[in-house]
Amino acid sequence: MTKVLQVKNLQKVFFPGTDNERHVLKNINLQVDDGDFISVIGNNGAGKSTLLNTIAGTLHADAGEINLVSHNVSKKSVAYRSQWMSRVFQDPKMGTAGDLTVMQNLVLAQDHTHTVNLKWYQKKGDVAEYQELLKTLNMGLENFMNTQVKYLSGGQRQALSLLMATLSKPKLLLLDEHTAALDPKTSHEVMKITDRIVKKEHLTTMMITHKMSDALKYGNRLVMVQDGQIKLDVKGAQKDNLDTQQLLAAFEK
Amino acid sequence: MLISSLGQGLLWAPLAIGVFITFRILDIPDLTTEGSFPFGAAVAVSLMLKGQSAIVASLVGFLAGCLAGLITGILDTKLHIPSLLAGILTMTGLYSINMHIMGKSNVPLLNQKVLTDYLPAGLDLDLQTILLGVIVTGLVVVLLYLMFKTRLGLSLQATGNNKNMSAANGINTDSMIIFGYMISNGFIALSGALIAQSNGYADIGMGIGTIVIGLASVLVGEIFLRSHNILTRLIAMVVGAIVYRLLLTVAMGLGFPPDDLKILSAIILVIVICVPIIQKRIRTKRQLKKYLEQMEEPDNDESTTSEESTKGVLSGD
Repeated sequence: MTKVLQVKNLQKVFFPGTDNERHVLKNINLQVDDGDFISVIGNNGAGKSTLLNTIAGTLHADAGEINLVSHNVSKKSVAYRSQWMSRVFQDPKMGTAGDLTVMQNLVLAQDHTHTVNLKWYQKKGDVAEYQELLKTLNMGLENFMNTQVKYLSGGQRQALSLLMATLSKPKLLLLDEHTAALDPKTSHEVMKITDRIVKKEHLTTMMITHKMSDALKYGNRLVMVQDGQIKLDVKGAQKDNLDTQQLLAAFEK
Repeated sequence: MLISSLGQGLLWAPLAIGVFITFRILDIPDLTTEGSFPFGAAVAVSLMLKGQSAIVASLVGFLAGCLAGLITGILDTKLHIPSLLAGILTMTGLYSINMHIMGKSNVPLLNQKVLTDYLPAGLDLDLQTILLGVIVTGLVVVLLYLMFKTRLGLSLQATGNNKNMSAANGINTDSMIIFGYMISNGFIALSGALIAQSNGYADIGMGIGTIVIGLASVLVGEIFLRSHNILTRLIAMVVGAIVYRLLLTVAMGLGFPPDDLKILSAIILVIVICVPIIQKRIRTKRQLKKYLEQMEEPDNDESTTSEESTKGVLSGD
């Protein structure tokens, strides 16, 4: 099985040398295989967001190595890493450019070129193709192709972010509590769409969530981060046999 | 009076467009303007005095502005100096550089051929200025419009709008910001070169207040034409620059001495910042009233959520 991501001996310390010093990631080792759909859970402040940010490149690790599809990206920028990786943020406003139209946002997400490109961005044929994709979200977004994204609702924006993140067929999809800012119903819908797209495109995914039920229901693997370390890493049948009680018990340990 | 403001406005339009790129597209208040405007003028006039043609001199003036933008861009993105301060630093440094280029604080053109001299001699000076302005500003607008239609232009807009999202989608945001600073200051310097040729001299003090002129032109333009279509927005900048010139000409006609122009500029800017806010408030109130009157049972509805934000035009909504 091919490795999509390999994290080796990752360390992150905030405010070193001050009274507020916090060792957030303590020698984390993690291997993500092709096709994994991992739910990452953990208390507030356990370090799961820091872990995700370090993988995405918004934070740089203090020590250790991050290999993404056999490229050492430890010191590389977010834009560089985006060649293989996409991300959906918790805040629906973060994942889309509000002043740009739905169409323009989709074009931006289409290819993570990382280079200067002087081609016309709007080509004939693209519109229909994007509309088909938007229809699969069942949110009526296909009628708002030329609407600025800031006029959409939070749920619509997040569904769009999700679609955008998967457009470039990333090797690794990062979901950072992407349903946390939505109401229960919309949250449920976005989660269903997520599961559908991930399965359809066979995307390797890491999803941070605070919802035990989602963590148990979706994905083939579950990782629990506690106090800067990985406390639990179960997969397949082992994960399927877990229930909420056992999970809560693991939290107490 | 109208004719001469039209011509002058068109020569000032590249300044408005330059300020528009940093202020509206990148969402950065860039004070480099005050240095790059006279920089363009100083470079162009000096080159013309050394025997270069007005066309070459103006183009080099544009490139000089790009260089100034490059410096501010590097200070901002690579050295992480806050953009406001980065602009002030470049502007301050450029003062010395402009003095070195000019050698003294005011350098007049002698008998050099300026850009308007390339146009048919049969026209009078005002018409020549308008024609030149239409050609240069038209070229700037068309080039920028085409640029914004490319993936590069889209990336530039996205970077100004949402940096995190842009980086996550593979856009090198630092390069985009630097690129924005460069073209912005390039056009501002080009405007400086045009104004110097029109005035017949370059002056070390000609940059003072240009940021206010630029911002006021942007805001005036947006009062007349509001849209999210990029071509309309660019044309709005040209309209803004012309109307702003007209306002100043009217003020001068009322008998204000030239020394008072700067305070008039500042007052005009304050007014054009306030007008859209008040407009918006009145409009919202009227719409709300209409909406509530339409409701059959206005008392059992919770439609008081229309507290329209009054954050104003400077926030760039």
